[in-house]
Amino acid sequence: MNAPFEYLLRLGDDRIILGHRLSEWCGHAPILEEDIALANIALDLIGQASLLLGLAGKIEGQGRDGDALAYLRDAVEFRNALLLELPKGDFAVTIVRQLFFSVFALLQAEALERSSDQELAGIAAKAVKEFRYHVRHSADWVLKLGGGTTESQNRAQRAVDDLWRYTGELFLADDVDRAAAASGFGVDPSTLENAWSETVRDVLARAGLTIPDVSYMQRGGRTGRHTEHLGHLLGEMQILARSHPGASW
Amino acid sequence: MSAASATRDEVFEILDTVKDPEVPVLSVVELGIVRDVSVDAGAVTVTLTPTYSGCPAMRVIEDDITAALVEHGLGPVRIETVYAPAWTTDWLSDEAKRKLEAYGIAPPGRASKETTLVSLTRAPSAAASPRCPYCHSRDTVVKSEFGSTACKSICFCNACSQPFEMFKAL
Repeated sequence: MNAPFEYLLRLGDDRIILGHRLSEWCGHAPILEEDIALANIALDLIGQASLLLGLAGKIEGQGRDGDALAYLRDAVEFRNALLLELPKGDFAVTIVRQLFFSVFALLQAEALERSSDQELAGIAAKAVKEFRYHVRHSADWVLKLGGGTTESQNRAQRAVDDLWRYTGELFLADDVDRAAAASGFGVDPSTLENAWSETVRDVLARAGLTIPDVSYMQRGGRTGRHTEHLGHLLGEMQILARSHPGASW
Repeated sequence: MSAASATRDEVFEILDTVKDPEVPVLSVVELGIVRDVSVDAGAVTVTLTPTYSGCPAMRVIEDDITAALVEHGLGPVRIETVYAPAWTTDWLSDEAKRKLEAYGIAPPGRASKETTLVSLTRAPSAAASPRCPYCHSRDTVVKSEFGSTACKSICFCNACSQPFEMFKAL
């Protein structure tokens, strides 16, 4: 097992898959400012994914670059958490997911600034600044939706109810995470859960939203067992690269 | 000028003529993304750091830098990218900030190191009500922290009823 490579795939895949989902809002968001904001956030995530997958390819040493890893792998080879591949849903689903992921990703990036790998530490330091904007954006919106109309409250609550069972996977640690953490390369995700929970629960409480009683947390993405949604997403994301190998601008 | 005779300072002078394609009032040097230049055995190496991870202008900037150096008889040109230390708007000089404002973009405030994870209520600050680059009023509001490019926010001036952009503190 090449732990740093596998670990970087998880980081890179979380970002490219969520970045693609967010890009689906381009031209469809409820107001112009949000159309621009979501496209900006997608761009940050895809930019980070490009750097992380590029580094993964270099570490793997099999001649695959970031593009090859993004566009020429099949669903079973993707390592993103299930939360990030779910359909974009309505605006509330997108915003609640952004809160859940952005807080996790900010904590993760802050820890990765201390990575023993200088390149990963540099990518993380840059990402911290970007995720701060993402966290503020999504938290602001969760408060607005929760404190808004009955319709917005209902939709935000439904989004929390539907997505909560996918949050546990973010903090599951297996041999890949433990090996990456032990070597100083990565961070054990289970160590981020308390801080995440405290922040997210605080925002939801202020928004008047409740956390559902969930007895089972969904899992599988980190080992390539995905929902049916990922294949459809990849079909769209990868078609150009696969139909026109080597295409460039 | 040949590469063998060019000095580091001369290369920086040339780079100071290469403008950021998205903010054409600033050069790549003023923007702070040129982290280092070395001239060695005829080759020029320019080390850049991106503003944002996904900044789509980086490729164009790399091409523009290469073209400008080649035009001055320098080369081969190699562009290297570093991510640490991460770019910050604090690297913009006062002169660069003045140029931004004259161009119609409110300059960034200080990039503060936030200590809390989520700052839901932002204290009234220069960042929350930037000075309008047109009428210089402080009666302004940030409409969205995300604007036409990754590095800008959308703002509105209540005094002169003019929308404007602000360079985001990062």
